[in-house]
Amino acid sequence: MTTTLEQPQLDATEPKTIEKVAIVISKGSLEGIYPGLIMANGARMDGIEADLFFTFFGLDAIRKDRYEKIKVATVGNPGLHMPTLLGALPGFSALATKMMQRQIEKIDMPPIPEFIELVADSGAQLYACKASVDMFGLTMEDFVPQVEDIISVGEFYEKAAGGQIIFT
Amino acid sequence: MTATLIADTSVDVDAEGFLTHADQWSEQIAEQIARENGIPELTERHWLVVKFMRDRYFTTGTAPSIRSLGKESGVPIKELYQLFPKGPAKLAAKIGGIPKPRGCI
Repeated sequence: MTTTLEQPQLDATEPKTIEKVAIVISKGSLEGIYPGLIMANGARMDGIEADLFFTFFGLDAIRKDRYEKIKVATVGNPGLHMPTLLGALPGFSALATKMMQRQIEKIDMPPIPEFIELVADSGAQLYACKASVDMFGLTMEDFVPQVEDIISVGEFYEKAAGGQIIFT
Repeated sequence: MTATLIADTSVDVDAEGFLTHADQWSEQIAEQIARENGIPELTERHWLVVKFMRDRYFTTGTAPSIRSLGKESGVPIKELYQLFPKGPAKLAAKIGGIPKPRGCI
C-alpha cells in the first residue's frame, strides 16, 4: 500500500518576512567564515535581528591570536580546481589566501577582523560555544572584545527562539 | 515604475518606493519619506548621511556599501544604526531619492 505525503499548508498567520536570524559559524577557514559574516551583516542591513554563534574551529574567527591569520583551505577543497598534492605544498595556502583577499577587497568586503567589528557595531550579538571553548581550553580572555558571552547550546536555542537558524 | 505624489510633487518610484530619478528629489520629499519610514524628524546627522549617499551616487553611479558609509561619511556604524534602525544603507538611499542599493555588503 502506498500513501502520499502531503505538503503541510503554511499557516496563514505566519509572517511573510524574516524578523530574526541566528547564524552558526562552525568552520575556521576563510571560505568557512565569510558566508556567515556576510549573512549576518546582510540581515542587519535589512533591519533583521542577528545573533552569531561560533563553534568548533569557527571560534578562530573571534580568537585574538588567530582572527588575523585565517587561511583558505587548499587541501580537500575541490572548488579550487587544483590537484590536492599541490595544495599541500608549503606556502601554497598563504598564496591562495593572499590572492583571495585581494579579490575580497576589490568588492569592498572587509578583512575578517574589520568584518567582526562591523557586524558587532551594526548590532549583531556574538557568542562563543561553551562545549568548544571547554574542549579547546579557552576563556573569555582569548576572544576579541566584541564577543558578548560564552553560552551553551541550550542558551543559543533560547536566544534563537522565534527566528531562523542558519548553519554554516 | 509608477508616478506618485510625495510632498505635493509628482515623482517616479519603484515597487518599494525608491525614487527612480534622483533629480526629482527635494528636501521636502526626503522629510516625507523619512516620516513614512519611522523617522519623525531628520537631524543634522541624518542629513549628513543622506547627502553623502547622494554625492556618492552622483559621482560613482551606485550607492556606497555600508562599509564605506561607516568609514567615509563621518558617521560611524553604531550611530548609523541608531539613526536608521531599519537598515542605514537602504533607508538613507530611499530618503535620499536614489535607487535601492544592490550590493551584499
